Parts: sequence; structure tokens; C-alpha cells
Amino acid sequence: MASLRPRGSDDLGLRRALSDTLLPLLVAAMVFLAALALAGMIAASGLARHWQGGAATLLTVQVPQPDTATNAGPLRAAAVAALLGATPRIAARRLSADELAGILRPWLGTDAGPLALDLPAVFEVRLLDGADPQGLAVQLAKAAPGTLVEQNSVWFDRLGELARSLQASAALAVLVVALVATAVVAVATRAGLAARRDAIEIVYGLGATDRMIAGHFSRRVTMLVFSGAMFGLLLAIPMLLGLATLTAPFSPNAPAAGAAPDVLRALPPLLWALLPVLPLTAAAIGWVTAQATVRRWLAGLP
Amino acid sequence: MVRLDGVGLRYGTGPYVLQDLNFDLAPGSFRWLLGASGAGKTSLLRLLTLAVRPTTGQLSLLGVHVETARRRDLPQLRRQIGTVFQDFRLLAHLSAFDNVALPLRLAGRPEGQLRADVAEMLRWVGLARRAEAHPAELSGGEQQRVAIARAVISRPALLLADEPTGNLDDVQAVRLMQLLAELNRLGTTIVVATHNESLVRRHPARALHLQDGKLREHMEHA
Repeated sequence: MASLRPRGSDDLGLRRALSDTLLPLLVAAMVFLAALALAGMIAASGLARHWQGGAATLLTVQVPQPDTATNAGPLRAAAVAALLGATPRIAARRLSADELAGILRPWLGTDAGPLALDLPAVFEVRLLDGADPQGLAVQLAKAAPGTLVEQNSVWFDRLGELARSLQASAALAVLVVALVATAVVAVATRAGLAARRDAIEIVYGLGATDRMIAGHFSRRVTMLVFSGAMFGLLLAIPMLLGLATLTAPFSPNAPAAGAAPDVLRALPPLLWALLPVLPLTAAAIGWVTAQATVRRWLAGLP
Repeated sequence: MVRLDGVGLRYGTGPYVLQDLNFDLAPGSFRWLLGASGAGKTSLLRLLTLAVRPTTGQLSLLGVHVETARRRDLPQLRRQIGTVFQDFRLLAHLSAFDNVALPLRLAGRPEGQLRADVAEMLRWVGLARRAEAHPAELSGGEQQRVAIARAVISRPALLLADEPTGNLDDVQAVRLMQLLAELNRLGTTIVVATHNESLVRRHPARALHLQDGKLREHMEHA
């Protein structure tokens, strides 16, 4: 394709018409926001996965009056333990007296023992793939009437919905940022067209094609957008690392107590992979928007 | 080469500035374009430079029917038309060299092959030492010479000039007319709009007389 001048030249005077200050700064701000939204989206996704795949598969089984005999003969706790042990696709464990005391300590203090309370037996049941929590609850009620089954999945389903809502909101924020970026580039390009109208009409009259003129604009706009996006990304990374360090204790991959936080591993690998995509996406938005804006404007010329 | 059949032109919803123009220009012909201010000379030149399309009638340029041609076909046609504008229309941020080189670059001439031609053209218009000067650093006459060099550097098939000698001294005006005559001899069709009657008298040729947007008649000026 013929060009107006050698690569890197500025035949249309776009260096002055498309300022290298305002557009990059606006794009930097948008990429900064997009990076935060993207991080929020991935964090919400991780939490949802953690909730769905971990704690949500737990059942808590409480057996009141554990040491009372059942109609069939064995003690109620033993009957429940036997049933849990015989049920396929679950893993059950009875909490020890010390663990129960630890759970109750916030409410009863350290003197629960002397109160001589008849504490229930508590089993922690992990559901494996294909487990049937409803059927298990029915069987437990038969084996030891009055046994309570707390199905954590109901609560975690709600948390999962919350996480998905957060993901959707973050995705919407990324989309809105992309739309605003498109609008900003379009406005900047139109301002550049207005500022260089005379020059464009001259080269157009000399035989420049729409492709040549749009190419000049899109190269300039893409360069400005990409530099602004890189600046915004460089600003966002320290902020993301800071947030990740602050929230590390709540993360599924929380470092051990006392261990020094690993800054680079503080962010999920997926986020590290997607962050470089932001400037490239911004540049692509800049190129496409500039091309479309200029070609539409040129279509008004004879 | 150039053929107008019943061509009329109006800008938007305004009155017709050109009406019912009918004439032919054969390849290698020369025409003065004459008429008082407001007669429609600039509008006719705008039509012939493809800056506007006719509102009515049929305009054929270099074998292309302009009124029905697709937009994407016009750049190639424009590259075969050289134009010297009354207001020069130079790119202010480019040097004289780069302004003159523009048509060659648009035509895809490799950079290494155009430098000698541009330098030669600048030498011919007496601006060899001003090649790197920008229009703001040039006098009106120098700018006009740059505009002339830009118009003729690609050896256009059709050359249109609007008051090309308006800012030139007599020596430069004579040299310009010699250049136009030479291009004409090489087959370039030339239309020159001017108010300069002495210039027309010194270079007798057929003329198109416009009056109130209408063509009076072809006249021979001797």
C-alpha cells in the first residue's frame, strides 16, 4: 500500500491534532479501572469455586443425647457413626470432646465441663461426588430420631450466587470501561479530524485513499492508547498487589501463619495472564474505533 | 478527455452556481477559463478536480463518468489531475520538498526514486535552496511555485490552475507558461482560470467564458 511518507512520518500533522497527553491519561484511568474490575471478577470467581467446592460439601450432623440407647439397642451416637461409616460416597469424622469444647468456648467459656451439659455428638461429614445428602438425612432420622443435619450447601449456594453477582458486576464494569474507552477514542479522533480537516482535504484531493488517511489516524491513536494503557496498567499492578496482600489471609491459598507473603504469588495466575491483554485490547479498540470514525467521516467527502 | 453534458451544480439547497454546461476538451488541448468574479470559474474547477460531483448532467473525466463512479475509484482518477489552487493549499507542517513529493508518495513511488525528481522540480521553480522551508517561511510567490511544482510533478493527464500567476513576478510567470506549454505539448490537457488579460493575450488559445454560471461560447484569443 502506498503511504504518504515513510513510516513514522506525520503528513497530516496528527502529532499536534491528537495530543499525546489527554487521550493517554484518559485511557490510563480506564485501564486502571478495568484492571481492578478484572481482578475483582477473578477473585469472586475464586471465592465461588472455593465455596462451592470446599465448605459447601460439608454436612454437620448433631446427635442429641448421644449416650442414650436407641430402640434397636446401640447408643444413638454409635448408631449414627455406624450408619455414616456404611454410607458410600461420604467421609465422616466425629468431633472430639476437646474440639467441641473449643467450638463452645466463645459462648460457655472454659468452664463448660463443670456445667455438666449433655452435649450432642457432632459429626463432620464430607460429601463426595454423587452423595445424596437428603437421603442421608432421612436415614439418620430413622437411626437416631432427633438427629440434626445442617446442610452447609444451602448457605453456600447463596454465597455462590452472591459471588456470581459480583462476577457479573465486575464483568459489566469491564464492559462499561470498554464502551467509554471507545467513546473517548471516537471523540478524540473526531476532534483530530476537525483540527486537520484542511490537511485531510488536501491529501484527499491529491488522491489519498480512505485507507491511507484512516491508517494515519489509527496508527497515531493506537500508539497513544497503547502507551496510556501501559501507564494505567503499571499504576494498577502495585494497587492490586497491595490489595492481594491485605486480603491474603482470607484467600483459599492463604500463606501459613507467620510466613512472609509471596508478593508475586499474591495474584492468581489467571490475572497475571489477563493483565497484559488489557493494553492490547485497548490498542485494538483504539485502532478499530479510529478506523471506523475516520472512514465514516471520509464517506461524507465526494 | 473531459466532457460535460448539461452539467449543473448547486451547493446544498442553494441556487445553481453552474447551469447547463456543455463542452469537450480533447487530450492535449489548452483552454483559458475566463469570467468575472462569481461567474463560476472556481466551481467549475472544483467539479473538474472532483471536489464536488455535478448536481445535474453528466461529467466524464479521463473516461470515467464522475456522477456514477464509485468513491473508491476516484482517488486513482484524482492522481491523474494536477491542480494549482489560488490559495496554494500547501500543508503547513510539511517542508517545500515534502509538499512537492506528496503526489509521488501517494502514487506509491519508492522514496529513493522520488528525491531526484522532487529536487529537480524545486530547482526548476527556483526553490532548490528552500527545499526544507515550510510554507510559513516562504513568500506568497514562493508558495505558489511550490504549489505549481506539486501540481505538475506527477505529469498529470489533466492540469487545472486557478490564477496560477497571481503571486508570481513576470519572469516566473513566463517560466510557468513555458512549463505549461511544454506539458501541453507532451499531451497534458490544461485549463487555466485567470483574470490576467495580458497573460491571455500573450498566450493565445481557446477560452471558456463563464457568465453567471453559464458558458457563453468558446472563443479564440489571439
